[in-house]
Amino acid sequence: MNDAVKELEPTQKLKFYQKGTFTVGNRLVSDSDRTVQASLDRSNAITCGHRACQGCGEALGARYAVDAAMRATNGNLIVVNATGCLEVFTTPYPETAWQVAWVHSLFGNAAAVATGVAAAMRVKGRKEVRVFAQGGDGGTTDIGFGCLSGMFERNDDVLYVCYDNEGYMNTGVQRSSATPPAARTATTDVVGAEPGNVFGTGKSLPKIAMAHGIPYVATATVADLHDLERKVTKAMSIHGARYIHVHVPCPLGWGAASHDTIRLARLAVESGFFPVFEAEHGVVTGSRKIRHRIPVAEYLKPQKRFAHLFKGGEDPRVARLQEIADRNIAEYDLLAHEGNV
Amino acid sequence: MLKQVEGSISTAEAIGLCRPEVICAYPITPQTHIVEGLGRMVRSGELKNCEFINVESEFGALSACIGSSAAGARTYTATSSQGLLFMAEAVYNASGMGLPIVMTLGTRAIGAPINIWNDHSDAMSMRDAGWMQLFAETNQESVDLHIQAFRLAEAVSMPVMVCVDGFILTHAVERVDVPAQAEVDAFLPPYDPVQVVDPREPISIGAMVGPDAFTEVKYLQNYKQNLALKLIPDLASDFKKRFGRDSGGLLRTYRTEDAEMVVVAMGSVNGTIKDTIDEMRADGFSIGLVTLVSYRPFPTEELRNALKGRKHVVVVDKSFAIGMGGQLAADVDHALRNVDGAPHALSCIAGLGGRPITRASLRELFRKARKEPWEGMLFLDLNQKVVATEIEHMGSMRRSGPIAENLLRRLSVTPAAE
Repeated sequence: MNDAVKELEPTQKLKFYQKGTFTVGNRLVSDSDRTVQASLDRSNAITCGHRACQGCGEALGARYAVDAAMRATNGNLIVVNATGCLEVFTTPYPETAWQVAWVHSLFGNAAAVATGVAAAMRVKGRKEVRVFAQGGDGGTTDIGFGCLSGMFERNDDVLYVCYDNEGYMNTGVQRSSATPPAARTATTDVVGAEPGNVFGTGKSLPKIAMAHGIPYVATATVADLHDLERKVTKAMSIHGARYIHVHVPCPLGWGAASHDTIRLARLAVESGFFPVFEAEHGVVTGSRKIRHRIPVAEYLKPQKRFAHLFKGGEDPRVARLQEIADRNIAEYDLLAHEGNV
Repeated sequence: MLKQVEGSISTAEAIGLCRPEVICAYPITPQTHIVEGLGRMVRSGELKNCEFINVESEFGALSACIGSSAAGARTYTATSSQGLLFMAEAVYNASGMGLPIVMTLGTRAIGAPINIWNDHSDAMSMRDAGWMQLFAETNQESVDLHIQAFRLAEAVSMPVMVCVDGFILTHAVERVDVPAQAEVDAFLPPYDPVQVVDPREPISIGAMVGPDAFTEVKYLQNYKQNLALKLIPDLASDFKKRFGRDSGGLLRTYRTEDAEMVVVAMGSVNGTIKDTIDEMRADGFSIGLVTLVSYRPFPTEELRNALKGRKHVVVVDKSFAIGMGGQLAADVDHALRNVDGAPHALSCIAGLGGRPITRASLRELFRKARKEPWEGMLFLDLNQKVVATEIEHMGSMRRSGPIAENLLRRLSVTPAAE
């Protein structure tokens, strides 16, 4: 905004003191700390009019992540998208919501396509152009895992962002290797001796990414979009393979209210069920501390996919899910100590 | 420059002369020497301005190629057999996106049973994938076809698969004339993409297309192959003008002028067939050959012109559609339909899994075609006895066991010489 226009803008006396909250667009923080989305100069990489569900965590996470990467690279970004919700809801032919160089090939090959794009940019001497690959948890932890591991292992100059909504939501909510235990999906129905997804299954992709020794791995949620932006910005300051795993609630797949997306992401963090941390070269360098610790049941209850755990007295499996949260808290040092809040 | 060289190495040198910018491949026999050669050229600095990427799978290889080609780089890969199947999803994707990737296919059988030797099963598995498929007869032609392939692919913005017989060509040492860089540069201009993902002009590539436009997108893929039908002969004649060699084109004929019988085949077996024809001609047998270079696009009209009016047509396929028949035979039949007095194409399946195709067997085959034409497929040099024994064995008990192992056991007890 130029100064002439600024002078015409009415000033408003601020009534609410929000500093230090998670709220996005906080006008009390300094310019440099403000979200990318607060700027009129933002790239708006995913423009409005796409077909995501109301309250879609992935649409929100992707918008902040891609726009942060756009700011970090002065717009010199090529986005490679895996097949999935994000790809489908943004590009119903002949429309596209992407205002960024964007390419989609297949479900399981986004990381490899990104490798190829990065190689092309290198050979053409386009050092300024960076590559950003993205996909859902199915395209990342399952079908795209081979290509992703190859990209990590070669340390290709690609940032890969996984939007984890813990299942195959685009095809009708089936189980992925990121679906938590006990969760109802279309392929882990709440029938039989152990209703919902089986305990003792699944994988932690951030940990697997770390095992490749790549320069940067981080997790984030849509409850703290500043944190997500900061991590994307940091990732773009590094060359080599980088991975960010973003927890994105899915109202449709989780059976949750659209207005609860951000709340659920916060409860996942505050219960310790989803650890938010950063790692460099395979070593955890820091974690986001829990502010008000809550039992995991508080995170589970608003989600219909866990409703079977709370019918007629508390199911003993809630305690097993609590154990997972407790282990995360111990492993990633998630409890606030003196001075590290 | 003339040299005595292994086919894979001369092919690698030809690809190097085409100035590829990104090469990405996964090792699989018998393609490996080509990419090893290219890897060495990139590392040593002999091939400049080129990225060589080692990947975790063929699926990853072609996917990385999709990325680099979409980003505007001249892109090359190579594979064989199981590798082609492993990248199948990306094979269709590359052509659907209209990316002019050039891929060498060291043609090889597909398992099970696992078999690393040559036939055309892999190439045929992807014949409907939207790639142009050119078959080399010799290592010289492999060199020449690769140089033409980049120009062809980039002219119509569609991928090209150059099919080179595994081992028979890839591992054969032959006299090959590898052109000079300046000659290739004059023939093949730098890649000027019709579409490119670039932040300077941001576009979306790979959008979801529904029933409203999918037919039209596919129609245009076919339209491009029709364009290629016209372009391939032009490229071959331009190539001949510059390099002085007949290489490529849609098809070539050999001693067909007055031939009553015409054989149709693809790849290296044409050399053996030509020798057989020379011998049979000396005996007064009226026979000629059509060597099909371009299998996709399929030159229906040119083939029809070459075959109409003949008494006999014999198609030698090095693969077949199980439960149906030889793929090339079916396509030749298709070309001959509605042609007055056209001969019925006799189908011979030969050389599966690397079985040698000998002049003696071909001579017998062509004589039989004249004397006692057959219906359906004729499997050249099929061991009838072993097959009959196994069929009897399968009928005699429920748990008859694995066929491949049964046959091997029987063959080891009963030497093939018997």
